[in-house]
Amino acid sequence: MPLNRGYVGRQLPPTPPYLVGREKVREFASAIGADDPAYHDPEQARARGYPDVVAPPTFAIVPASAASRQLRDDPELGLDYSRVVHGDQRFVYTRPVVAGDELVCAVTVEEITERAGHEFLTTRVEVTTPAGEPVVTVWNKLVVRGEGG
Amino acid sequence: MEAGQRLPARTFRVTRADLVHYAGASGDFNPIHWNERTARAVGLPGVIAHGMLTMALAGRAVTEWAGAPDAVLDLGVRFTRPVPVPDDDAGTEVEVSAVVAAVADGRAELELTATCWGEKVLGKARAVVRV
Repeated sequence: MPLNRGYVGRQLPPTPPYLVGREKVREFASAIGADDPAYHDPEQARARGYPDVVAPPTFAIVPASAASRQLRDDPELGLDYSRVVHGDQRFVYTRPVVAGDELVCAVTVEEITERAGHEFLTTRVEVTTPAGEPVVTVWNKLVVRGEGG
Repeated sequence: MEAGQRLPARTFRVTRADLVHYAGASGDFNPIHWNERTARAVGLPGVIAHGMLTMALAGRAVTEWAGAPDAVLDLGVRFTRPVPVPDDDAGTEVEVSAVVAAVADGRAELELTATCWGEKVLGKARAVVRV
């Protein structure tokens, strides 16, 4: 079933705030082997001018993909997740994510295209504070493999 | 950093245990990253690493080259090839290298290369860092 082209340009309602936990940041940093003390030790982070431990650059995938689950679970879009492959991913930071941040995610469907029997779904997630101050923009492109491949 | 400079390559070992650890930390429990049966059923050679783990390792290399935990301003990649992770203690290795494409206004643009067994696993991989 092809993706519903009517979703292009659609903006989903912003998510409730995701609270960035200190232990979650440490856990994520440990999982990727990032051992800079600024990711783990609030004292060291503060000594270097951050309000709390800093999240590694791809940490924003955690709240962003939770927000995008709304699309995955929407039968009207027609996304067959068993045929999905991760295509492209990009993060553009206004400022780093730190423990204690509350992050609101607003998902927009930017583009749906088709090439060589595969479909491509590009979404943008604007990650902001509850007051609307920008933190990071997350782009994601999924490849939906065609029936033949 | 200066334009044209080649940064020292970093090699990261990835084992099945790392995939389980990353699944838990990230919340990505797709079974192709831990279940051989599921991975083969969808046509993969076996369990593969999360693309986002490969990207995180690239982010680590970039962060370490730039020398600050929040130096990364922009990081973008294309996942061009899976990273199979065998079910043994050695796992596999991902090597990340970079060339400085440009430096201006306190920012450096890096062109990244990530390989596994000599094959590129990321395409269009670039980063902008504060320097």
